[in-house]
Amino acid sequence: MQSPEEKSSQTLIKRVLSSAVDSLLIPLLAVITAIFIGGIVIAVVGGNPFMAYLGLIQGAFGNAKALSETAVWATPYIFAGLAVAVAFKGGLFNIGAEGQLALGAVVSALIGYALPGWLGFDLPAIIHLPLAVILGALAGALWAAIPGFLKAYAGGHEVINTIMMNYIALNITAFLMNGPMKDPSPTNVIARTPEIAASARIGPLFEGFRVHWGFILALLVAVLIWLILWKTTLGFEIRMVGSNPDAAKYAGINVKRTIVLTMALSGLLAGLAGAIEVTALNYRHELGFSQGYGFDAIAIALLGKTNPFGVVIAAILFGAMKNGGTRMQFLTMIPVDVISIIQALILLFVAADAIIRYIYRIKARGERVILTRGWGG
Amino acid sequence: MDWKRFIFIAFIIAILFSVVVLVGSARQNPIVIIASMLASTITVATPLTLGALSGLYCERSGVVNIGIEGMMLTAAFFGWLGSIYMNSIFGFAKMPSLIIGVLVAVLSSVLMALLHAVLSITFKVDQIIGGTVINIMALGITGFLNRQLFFEKGSIFHGNVPHAPGVLPIIHIPIQEGVSAICGWFGNSDGCQLTAKSFGQVFDQQPITILAILLVIVTHFVLFKTRWGLRTRSVGEHPRAADTVGINVIFMRYANVLIGGAMAGLGGAYFTLESVPSFEPMMTNGRGFISLAALIFGNWTPFGAWAASLVFGAAQALQINMQVYRDYIPAQWAFLQNSYVVGLAPYLLTMLVLTGIIGKTIPPAADGQPYEK
Repeated sequence: MQSPEEKSSQTLIKRVLSSAVDSLLIPLLAVITAIFIGGIVIAVVGGNPFMAYLGLIQGAFGNAKALSETAVWATPYIFAGLAVAVAFKGGLFNIGAEGQLALGAVVSALIGYALPGWLGFDLPAIIHLPLAVILGALAGALWAAIPGFLKAYAGGHEVINTIMMNYIALNITAFLMNGPMKDPSPTNVIARTPEIAASARIGPLFEGFRVHWGFILALLVAVLIWLILWKTTLGFEIRMVGSNPDAAKYAGINVKRTIVLTMALSGLLAGLAGAIEVTALNYRHELGFSQGYGFDAIAIALLGKTNPFGVVIAAILFGAMKNGGTRMQFLTMIPVDVISIIQALILLFVAADAIIRYIYRIKARGERVILTRGWGG
Repeated sequence: MDWKRFIFIAFIIAILFSVVVLVGSARQNPIVIIASMLASTITVATPLTLGALSGLYCERSGVVNIGIEGMMLTAAFFGWLGSIYMNSIFGFAKMPSLIIGVLVAVLSSVLMALLHAVLSITFKVDQIIGGTVINIMALGITGFLNRQLFFEKGSIFHGNVPHAPGVLPIIHIPIQEGVSAICGWFGNSDGCQLTAKSFGQVFDQQPITILAILLVIVTHFVLFKTRWGLRTRSVGEHPRAADTVGINVIFMRYANVLIGGAMAGLGGAYFTLESVPSFEPMMTNGRGFISLAALIFGNWTPFGAWAASLVFGAAQALQINMQVYRDYIPAQWAFLQNSYVVGLAPYLLTMLVLTGIIGKTIPPAADGQPYEK
């Protein structure tokens, strides 16, 4: 016979365990399964999966330079992953991180190279740099707030609208990079902006390595987002609207306003990703540098279970795969694109955790996490 | 679909056409311009129409499919690959290679649809996430194989990419001859003959385009006049009630998602077997998403979706024809000379349409909801 206390402590342990299984074991198994299937793909096209993955790991973590590059890749992934995760928390699917990121980068580059000229004097870094970063982030916020507004007040579904805004943003940046903002130096034939002023640049963390303070900022922002989501009224409202908009409405939350704010916060983070890429890494914006960040960010947000710290881990994993992929290609002639197949598989298994549970015979917990809703909104 | 909506669609198309006529009339007879706009509108609307039909079958049976873009991209790549394989490795003639290419395209898209069906019907994954999985997977698979097969050292073609067998030929429908004969009865004026010639060309389309229009009619018939259509709509509106009267909800949903996959596959084949004989990564360029907007704007009906696809086609035709008359654009409209600016038209139009400017549309009641017994 068990005493009631024993019983309740046992159920508590069970609950903690099953929650740990959900938040760690499932994503881990998803990654392992995806890597395994990716290995089969590599073998089918005639490569050696062990050599390929060895190259991947070497390229990602093999030495100080590799680690630095992994962090460089992970930085925009953390911001963009957080952007998508915040939207998910609010019950919104932001597929537009790509466009928000591009606009953030464009605005940040513009402030970076043109502002001293407009003012007629050089700005100190302490004003110029924050201005470039913040305005870039705000550009992303504004760009994302538009589909948020359309969702809240006109019933336009955010999935299609954010995708349309992506194409519009890409057209606008292509127009600017080839026209008004094109680097005027006579040797330049590429669609890119001039270099930003030294006062708008973020320095490297260590001399001789590309990893920069933006990585540290990304980690701090992840903590900040966690605090906002779980310790502030705004965060509570976002999560409430995300989990049950009707209940939120009856509880007196302004649902429409919260939807717009959620999208704006999401876009702010995506814009920040672009702004940091410009101010800390490339020192200019070049057309097409951000191909695919937005889509990767979705996988990262889901892999991290939309938890800010989960997102950081997932982003570092994705950064490592992107970075190591180049070394893998060099060693085994397997195109880096195999990485995107593995990433899609990871997304597949994380999204469809029922498959993973079925393969590894893990029992499901009763509740389902609702991420998005159909066309009805 | 109500008449208000069709009138609104006709109004937008008329505006888009007038812009090109106004700009181009300095150089070209308006009849020729309108005919050329019509022809390119119908042509470029093809993947949108097929994409919208794909969405229609899926959503009418209760499965949201935002993976149409990925299905089309997959089909575009494998259809192209299939035609090249048949033509240069197995030595088939041009036409059989292309036809097999189309079949391969449809098959590959159906396989992607099967994945979507397994995810969303059997595993009850969030259907929007499932569709996103399809989209990302398609990008990865096509990008990877495109490089692995064609451009890497040690690829099957050793870096020498063989030429694709070309594109599907135009099917000539003798409208021009007919109208031209009628012109003969009315004094055979030059204007009449020009009209006959210009509009005759509107009907000279390639097979997938013609098939798409036929499929719109067939889909309308299937959906609203057959037992299959009634069952499809009932599992999309109220699966439990459908189940109660003995309709197999799971089977109906699987079947319709696969039919939808075939439609998207045909739409994908348009890109590499009918439009241009080559493949580029990400070449579908958002058409799958725009066709979803067309579906919504068309209020989940075949003719409505087709009409909406034509609006987006017209926006794209505007872009194409504006390039032709570029130099004739008046100075105060100089912004229209920039292809990036004119290129915004379909995307802005999509967003405008989705704001419910012409009244709210009503999706099938059980759209996006997994069915649990």
